Amino acid sequence: MPIKMIPEIGHFALIVAVLMAVIQTVMPLAGAATRRPLWMAYASPMAMGQFIFVLFAYLCLTASYMLDDFSVVNVANNSNSMLPWYYKFSAVWGNHEGSVLLWSLILAGWGFAVSRCSTGLPRDMVARVLGVMGMVSAGFLLFVLVTSNPFERSLPRVPADGADLNPLLQDFGLIIHPPMLYMGYVGFSVVFAFAIAALLGGRLDSAWTRWVRPWTNVAWAFLTVGIALGSWWAYYELGWGGWWFWDPVENASLLPWLTGTALIHSLAVTEKRGSFKSWTVLLAIFTFSLSLLGTFLVRSGVLTSVHSFANDPSRGLFILVLLGITVGLSLLVFALRAPRVSHVVGFGLVSRDSLLLVNNILLVIMTVTVLLGTLYPLLLDAFGLGKISVGPPYFNALFVPLTVLLCIFMGLGPVARWKRMAGGELRRRLWLAGVVALAIAALAPLVYGGEWNLWVSLGLVAALWVVLPLVRDMTDKVRKAASLWQGVRRQSLAYWGMVLGHLGMAVTIVGVTVVSNYSVEENVRMAPGDSADVAGYTFTMTGLESRRGANFLADTAIMKVEGDDGEHLFVMEPEKRLYLARGMPLTQVALRPGPLRDLYVAMGEELDGDAWAMRLQYKPMVRWLWLGAILMASGGLLAVVDRRYRRRSTVQSGSESSSSAQEATA
Amino acid sequence: MKRRLLLLLPLAGFIGLAIFLYMGLSMDPFGRDSALLSEEFPPFELSTLAEPDRRVDESLFEGEVTVVNVWGEWCPTCKQEMPQLLDLADRGIRLIGIDYKDTRDKGREFLDEFGNPFELNIFDPNGDLGFELGVYGAPETFIVDADGVIRYHHTGYIKPEDVRDTILPEVEKWQR
Amino acid sequence: MAAIGRTLMVLCLVALAGAVNADAVRDFDDPVVEKRYRELTASMRCPKCENQAIDDSNSPVSADMRDRVYTLLQEGRSDREIQDFMVDRFGDYVLYNPRLEGRTLLLWGLPFALLVVGATVVALIVRVRRRASAQALSAEERARLDELIHSERTE
Repeated sequence: MPIKMIPEIGHFALIVAVLMAVIQTVMPLAGAATRRPLWMAYASPMAMGQFIFVLFAYLCLTASYMLDDFSVVNVANNSNSMLPWYYKFSAVWGNHEGSVLLWSLILAGWGFAVSRCSTGLPRDMVARVLGVMGMVSAGFLLFVLVTSNPFERSLPRVPADGADLNPLLQDFGLIIHPPMLYMGYVGFSVVFAFAIAALLGGRLDSAWTRWVRPWTNVAWAFLTVGIALGSWWAYYELGWGGWWFWDPVENASLLPWLTGTALIHSLAVTEKRGSFKSWTVLLAIFTFSLSLLGTFLVRSGVLTSVHSFANDPSRGLFILVLLGITVGLSLLVFALRAPRVSHVVGFGLVSRDSLLLVNNILLVIMTVTVLLGTLYPLLLDAFGLGKISVGPPYFNALFVPLTVLLCIFMGLGPVARWKRMAGGELRRRLWLAGVVALAIAALAPLVYGGEWNLWVSLGLVAALWVVLPLVRDMTDKVRKAASLWQGVRRQSLAYWGMVLGHLGMAVTIVGVTVVSNYSVEENVRMAPGDSADVAGYTFTMTGLESRRGANFLADTAIMKVEGDDGEHLFVMEPEKRLYLARGMPLTQVALRPGPLRDLYVAMGEELDGDAWAMRLQYKPMVRWLWLGAILMASGGLLAVVDRRYRRRSTVQSGSESSSSAQEATA
Repeated sequence: MKRRLLLLLPLAGFIGLAIFLYMGLSMDPFGRDSALLSEEFPPFELSTLAEPDRRVDESLFEGEVTVVNVWGEWCPTCKQEMPQLLDLADRGIRLIGIDYKDTRDKGREFLDEFGNPFELNIFDPNGDLGFELGVYGAPETFIVDADGVIRYHHTGYIKPEDVRDTILPEVEKWQR
Repeated sequence: MAAIGRTLMVLCLVALAGAVNADAVRDFDDPVVEKRYRELTASMRCPKCENQAIDDSNSPVSADMRDRVYTLLQEGRSDREIQDFMVDRFGDYVLYNPRLEGRTLLLWGLPFALLVVGATVVALIVRVRRRASAQALSAEERARLDELIHSERTE
């Protein structure tokens, strides 16, 4: 009997969680405003309680999926008794209701983490941070309860079996992509809450930036991995071999990533130099606001996209109201409470400060460009100016040059000194790197592709110009030490995190450049016995088989692939599947990954006789795209481990006063 | 003071964005006007569904306001739409069908089963005329005025209330 | 409305699932024409689907559009003529690369305007900060001077 009540119990737990979130908002914020320690003390227990109850609700929904309880509408629409158990587990977030619940769970989880890790922080700061997070949480939990209840029953008419999870989502990539992405999106709520807390409490100093930086880096690292996973998933699952489509949903994740990247850099300036304070706070607000905006765009149905959820205007309105309250209030607080007299910290034209300023401005321009392209069709439509589309050609035309421009400054930044530096010194240290970068970039296309290609050269020079100055800087720094290891040890982990992050960016740029320019694609008609040559590989179809999977039937092509030298011999087996529950066909590509190239075979339509349309692709260096993202994320995480973020607050405030004294005299 | 105003800028920008997104909520991302509105019906020469030897062309549309419906036996929504089209025919409105990407036999079967509100059907087995009209699925409905100019375009299913609310008023508008 | 959206989505997911198109097996005598074919079909939007280029979509209208692109290329038409051909029938909606015209001025212009604004902002801020830097420098020097004098005295 209790098993049958699981959905109701989950629903009830969710209601309790909302109440706790409301208390978590009201008491600590009021307590901080009126300086009542007892009220402020509500923050941590409520954050914990809310997390436990949302987790419990989430587990109840998962249990309903695992137990095939098709009386729950959500389960009936998105699962099936034939579905393997791990897909039942991930099907929970393969739909709108479940994914908002996951979002709320992660939000509560971040709140709980803040309450655990904030022992060294001033009490009112903790109270305000958790209060703001409680407010966001309350909003999202209400959204779940009011418009998207995943526990809704379809009693008394219970379907015999479920409609199944969309086959496109029955995949390992989809098990991990959304949780990672949400960890990133929602992680920025912590940074956002810290920003609002700083505005409310009037405390925006170096210590504050040291509290915020680790949270920012972790959220950013998750978002980086999440975006990369999405791109990887699209690459192998959609069967076209594309890895980025500039689809509104992809853009929605890119927007907070861009401002988040700007935020990481602006926080560095604020911590080290005490300047750009208002700007840093504004970026923190923007980043989370863009996460919310992305949620709105994906779930409201205002934009047409390949992978948005089935939409409902009432949900859109709810999120818009939520967005309006959260962002509107925070920007109002910003306007009223931003640091009144910013004390002007001086720096020269050639300095790390000025270069990071340029970095921030470029990243913001990139953000605006992506946002503009994403919303422009809607804008024209709203003014009755017709329907247009803005797609990859537009974004590539603007984003690529902006990235190259950004790379120019990325090369200079790490080498430049804070405050000011003689232009001659910078030139002396970097001219060699510049010449080498230009030379390699100009020659590489000739060696690799046989003819000169402007785009390849441009991409390579950008990547090399990011890497080579870093190499120069590292050797300069390490050389001074007694041994290599000592030299490496002497630099902070934050420094090595930066190095890794920038290297990752360069690796991604190389991957993008090469795969965009040197991919080979052949669409051929093949029957057993036929073969085709693509980029030095011979593909021979040796046979066709039919097989049966857990919940699908498949036609499998057996492809024997031989390298140029005749030695590398392997078999690839692309499939055309028919998922039974939905009667939906799906292309399952066969991949032969490698560090320098992927081979990619997709099965198309059945042609006359035994023949099939086959898409054979050679994708050079496509793995570098995601390898770069992993490096970037590792860099972000490495910097978090840096010692200076783990000093206790008493020490922090001590060193804080001395360092700000230094800054004041500096 | 000037700085304070500067600080209000993000808020002002956001309010603008929010209003615009609110407008966006009530818009239909799928509804699009045809590119052929106010254009003449594209020239064509095809046989009719009933008589393979009879060739018709765009001069069909001269002299009378016509509702042109693109349909096919393979299209389930077209079947649901037939009662509305029969209703229009009963009201004395001239309807011409385009049997789109269909075979002659199936097209005729369809009319036998669901009724024939059309004065005649243009047989378009390869979808060439449909392509000229910018048709991207069936059913689609056009209103062509007495001079052969396309005046109105409806994508997808015509609901019973659409007959009264949009189709009839549009036809009357161009009959004058 | 929501129901229509959902139906369309289902249709497109079906289209999306069969990624390789039967008609994709085409012969080109000239690699340049083949490249143009790829670029043209990659930059046109399927009018039926949610958000897909016609080369990635299995919807029937996309297949028809690819056919026309191929035929028109064989006839020796220019890219612009082929795009116009599609726009005349399906509207500007089919172009993923919006043309520069009155209503898209903001779309194409704003990024460039922002670059100019950004450069100006950097110039202004650096000017202010340099001045502040110069003042701070003299203050710092004065402090050091004081310090030196002070230390000499105590010695």
